[in-house]
Amino acid sequence: MGLRPEHEIHTRRKGLNMGVGLMLGAFVILVMLLTFTKITSAEFQIPASQANGVGVQTGGGSN
Amino acid sequence: MTDVTDTQSFEAEPQLGDYYALLKPRVMQLVVFTAVVGMLAAPVGVNPVVGFASILFLAIGAGASGALNMWWDADIDAVMKRTVNRPIPAGKVTAQSAMYFGVALSGLSVMMLALSANLLAGAMLAFTIFFYVVPYTMWLKRSTPQNIVIGGAAGAFPPVIGWIIATGQIAVLEPWLMFALIFMWTPPHFWALALFMRNDYDDAKVPMLTVTHGRRATRNHILGYTVVLFVLAVGTAFSAIGGWVCLATALVLNVLFLKGAYDIWQRDEDMSEADNFAVERKFFRLSLWYLFAHFVAILIEAALKPVGLGGW
Repeated sequence: MGLRPEHEIHTRRKGLNMGVGLMLGAFVILVMLLTFTKITSAEFQIPASQANGVGVQTGGGSN
Repeated sequence: MTDVTDTQSFEAEPQLGDYYALLKPRVMQLVVFTAVVGMLAAPVGVNPVVGFASILFLAIGAGASGALNMWWDADIDAVMKRTVNRPIPAGKVTAQSAMYFGVALSGLSVMMLALSANLLAGAMLAFTIFFYVVPYTMWLKRSTPQNIVIGGAAGAFPPVIGWIIATGQIAVLEPWLMFALIFMWTPPHFWALALFMRNDYDDAKVPMLTVTHGRRATRNHILGYTVVLFVLAVGTAFSAIGGWVCLATALVLNVLFLKGAYDIWQRDEDMSEADNFAVERKFFRLSLWYLFAHFVAILIEAALKPVGLGGW
């Protein structure tokens, strides 16, 4: 038995919390997929200000 | 401070399904469907991941506006039979929770659509949510019998946003033809509903055309809009998103729709009550198929184009 027994509210809200957790997980995976898709597309260009000499660069940066 | 363990709270504990119901899932289905058609009818291809994510965020934005609509309209939802079981009047979700939920999802969906597709798509979604919630829900719905016409505009934006997701462009005719199709279809669709659900709107004191201008005027309006819709739908079939499939669909459905509107126009209240509004109910059911079939036809034309069969 744990030092702090589970409060009744956690049992009651289990379904809601599980659902929210699963959706947040799905959202993270979707953002990862989206990011991967965008940075591997032919149109993707790194702004020169953030490139540090790596990859295809667009103009606009000065440092 | 509220005791979270009391019996009343236990009974009123919202479930995931209650929050889902706040998003108006049936409206979301229409939004997703018309937006997908708008996106696929565009002359520019979309990466499937980007397309899926963008339509998902658009659907969440549409759902968020539904939640905000339910928050604001909780008082009238509670007196209409059609809406009394919605989460807020049913006591499953508090109005304040619905408001926070709607605002949070609105911000998230607009930001994510702008990132996944383009800034213009995000801006257009933000405008659509604003238009549906502020001018329509908060202001005009309860103050003018043209509320349905204005609300129809909000519901007509999804195919335009779908087009923008694909192209990043807004200043072309085709997405606005799809917009016009939904915009002109909405009033006869809802006014037919109002004819046979009249007590609901009377009880809620929503100034539907049936209440403010009478049922004869509503029948006249249905016929008028249906005539304009006929011209618009057939005209759309000759545009760049149209073709033989669109033209055949438009001709068949608009003849049926016009006949339904004419039948409604010819009837009076005694005739309608004698058969429990059978003609009005039939017209309403046909209106659901009407919009679905027109957008399926546009989708078929888009699918046939790569093999050289779609379009003109």
